[in-house]
Amino acid sequence: MDTVTREKYEVVIGLEVHAQLKTKSKIFAPDSTEFGNEQNTQISPITLGMPGVLPVLNKSVVDMAILTGLALNCKIPNRCKFDRKQYFYPDLPKGYQISQYDEPICIGGCLDIKGKRIGITRAHLEEDAGKLVHAGADGIAGSNYSLVDLNRAGTPLLEIVSEPDMRSSDEAKAYMEELRNILRYIGVCDGNLEEGSMRCDANISVMLKGSKEFGTRAEIKNVNSFKALQRAIEYEIERQIDLVEEGERVVQETRLWDDNLGETRSMRGKEDAHDYRYFPEPDLMPLEISQEWVERIKETMPELPKAKRERYMSLGLSEYDATVIVEQPELAFFFDEVIKLDANVKTSINFLTGEVAAYLKEEKLSIGETKLTPENLVELVNLIEKGTISNNIGKQIIFTMLKEGTSAASIVEKQGLRQISDEGAIKEIVQEVVNSNPEQVASYKAGKVQLLGFFVGQVMKETKGRANPKTVNELLKEFLD
Amino acid sequence: MKEILKKTAVEQRKALLNKEISAVELTNAAFERIEEVESKIEAFNCLTKEVAIKTAKKVDEKIAKGEELPLLAGIPLALKDNMNLIGYPTTASSKILENFVSPFNATVTEKLLHNLVPIIGKANLDEFAMGSSTENSAFKKTKNPWDLNKVPGGSSGGSAACVAACESTLSLGSDTGGSIRLPGSFCGIVGMKPTYGRVSRYGLIAFASSLDQIGPFARCVEDAAMLLEVISGVDPKDSTSLNTPVEKYSTMLKDDIKGLKVGVIKELTGEGVAEDVQKAMQNAINTYKSLGAEIHEISLPYLKYSIGVYYIIATAEASSNLARFDGVKYGYRTKDAKNLMEMYTKTRAEGFGAEVKRRIMLGTYALSSGYYDAYYKKAQQLRALIKADFDKAFEKIDILISPTCPNTAFELGSKTEDPLAMYLTDIATISANLAGIPGISVPAGFDSSGMPIGLQILAPQLGEVKLFNASYKFEQANDFYTKISSI
Repeated sequence: MDTVTREKYEVVIGLEVHAQLKTKSKIFAPDSTEFGNEQNTQISPITLGMPGVLPVLNKSVVDMAILTGLALNCKIPNRCKFDRKQYFYPDLPKGYQISQYDEPICIGGCLDIKGKRIGITRAHLEEDAGKLVHAGADGIAGSNYSLVDLNRAGTPLLEIVSEPDMRSSDEAKAYMEELRNILRYIGVCDGNLEEGSMRCDANISVMLKGSKEFGTRAEIKNVNSFKALQRAIEYEIERQIDLVEEGERVVQETRLWDDNLGETRSMRGKEDAHDYRYFPEPDLMPLEISQEWVERIKETMPELPKAKRERYMSLGLSEYDATVIVEQPELAFFFDEVIKLDANVKTSINFLTGEVAAYLKEEKLSIGETKLTPENLVELVNLIEKGTISNNIGKQIIFTMLKEGTSAASIVEKQGLRQISDEGAIKEIVQEVVNSNPEQVASYKAGKVQLLGFFVGQVMKETKGRANPKTVNELLKEFLD
Repeated sequence: MKEILKKTAVEQRKALLNKEISAVELTNAAFERIEEVESKIEAFNCLTKEVAIKTAKKVDEKIAKGEELPLLAGIPLALKDNMNLIGYPTTASSKILENFVSPFNATVTEKLLHNLVPIIGKANLDEFAMGSSTENSAFKKTKNPWDLNKVPGGSSGGSAACVAACESTLSLGSDTGGSIRLPGSFCGIVGMKPTYGRVSRYGLIAFASSLDQIGPFARCVEDAAMLLEVISGVDPKDSTSLNTPVEKYSTMLKDDIKGLKVGVIKELTGEGVAEDVQKAMQNAINTYKSLGAEIHEISLPYLKYSIGVYYIIATAEASSNLARFDGVKYGYRTKDAKNLMEMYTKTRAEGFGAEVKRRIMLGTYALSSGYYDAYYKKAQQLRALIKADFDKAFEKIDILISPTCPNTAFELGSKTEDPLAMYLTDIATISANLAGIPGISVPAGFDSSGMPIGLQILAPQLGEVKLFNASYKFEQANDFYTKISSI
């Protein structure tokens, strides 16, 4: 699409995010919520919707919802209630989903992204459905029969609904990222889009710039990664603008994103929309949330990503470094420990966002799964700061520390990696290197000064990298010039 | 029939303690009686002899060791077949659950087993407790022991008939709009619906969650009071159960009721009430007067809406509660469905009976987009007004009385073609469920053809003590409860 056409339009995006809450047991049943177990092993009669069972609300679900609401600047009304949302599907054992319709647990919050405030309409609690496994095919098409796995059924979900405040796919992505950060920092959700612990539906419409009335929106489902979210939104924007440009109307419908084909396609129109026949859940009493309860939860609120980023920057980190580390909560918590031990912040962060991050990515580990401790890292940083070892040596031994859990000092001692800063000792080696490479010395003296690197390399080779590079440079220049 | 079976639970307990009979003998006597009359009464969907004898043996061991017996230990009891008992089918008298065996016990079942009450069988009911005659059962039509051509009332018809026929001493029913009190009245025994939330609903197959309540059947008030004591109490598995201590109802029956303020519900007397029933009402009023109670006429202006309100709320909740019977996880599934939709529609079309389908459709309609405000919401508003009527009445009086039903038991098949006439049978009982208050039906006489008449007594929320006290005094001042059907 040409930019002129595109520039005529304004995009309006609102997101509905389903976050699986990380409680040990389900929202209305005592079954475990653990992911990845054998099919249908976490299914009590309650999860199965057997005749005669009743739901009992898991209080820790409420705790997490309140915490989330507070982190998103929402109001927590002193009363909310549960409703039944009714439809038939084999992954929904009772034929209805217990949800919250008109009295949700959180209302009216906001979240800031890159200096812009995105409104949050509401957040409500509900139970997740199970999963269908289609035999002999990837999807329902081509499959002869389907199997139902109800392990996931009843997992607590918090559906967080934004205002239609986003105006680009970048903003939508930034909102999702920041929301994910917050949920992970307060420890209520894994935020794993691929595994489905965080899922997103996007409501998208376009209108001519300056228009006061929003266009007709389409709801896009099945967006399972940040990249998919951006691509789906971009695709949908172009599709809708094309329609409008050609004088056609955008129809209100639900569309499914196909990540392989890179397109959305119609799933059901407005006229086929379910009539969910919501009504108040008679098996649960309305939930009263006292101010004391909210205050008690408020006291457990950890530092949120935005505050953390700002604090790191005030410590001298670049915005980039601060953002990178805040996006990885475990690493950031590790970094906080490092800071407490009074280590050089810049050297520490360089290790964490450099070698450590690369190692974790390569090995697909979290920092907690390695043997590195904050104390050990600080010791390493201090050895470098004191000049006991060189930065390069540090970069080598950090991997041993990650794997073995050994302290930096013991590695340095064991492998004799202590930096040689003694001028006399280095002088001898420099002398040797100069003597044994007469040709290179001649070239250097003839003006090929870039050969200095060669001599440094030779000295380092002789000292197994232990020579203080600054001293080596100075001495070499003394000998050669 | 062994004479002991005609006795009340209180008397049977004495006999057990005096070693006149063992618990196993008593239980076996009940099964012999069932053998004798069950082909005529058809009260049971299944017998649970194994668990009954096992429990009775434990009772005998306790008696032999001279240990204290829990309340109602060794007294035969039947469960309505919509309450779960591990190892036996729980069918709700529906084809859709014909072969369903519950993997867990209802809370009431647990409490009964804990008190060593031998559970002798699962009693027939209107399918999913929807009906007033037990004719909606998918399996059998239970007969009224007083006249085998007549219905026992419903929906807990099996539970009432088996006690009236001395097949069991006690039974449990569930009451959503009168399903305990009506069959209690039709069968000439005591049937009691507790305050909503007094008894846990966990393990009771839901019909209408905000109205359902489990309660006792017995041949006298004292037995019913004891049974309620055993099954009541807060249950962490039922969020709607009330966290209020359970009183010792059976020990608080005999208080003097001089000065008790008895309200006669104006709207449920006079016009539309059968003559014999009116006479029985007059006798009840006279009885209370003679016991020193004050009689007041009380009007409940919103009562006339109760049937309409009930059939919106109850069907709305039922349409939702019954959605789980879809052939996917348990129960009946149609054969050879071509696709998912066909599996759903055929399973439900073949598995549910006509009345259940009618109510699912009514309820689905009432909750549909565009109709919710006009039906469900309005019904909830009226429900609040009906409740307010009762609250206001109970500010002035202690208990309310009325006939349990304007008529006595009717002929089998006489109302099956006319659902509305059937619905009107519950006119006197429904409002107690809407208001959540306790109610009881106590034997109050017989009509000219010898069919039992029931007196309904209502009390305020958690007013069980007052309710049982007033019932006991009425019962003891008359001798209707001592009459047993001649079958």
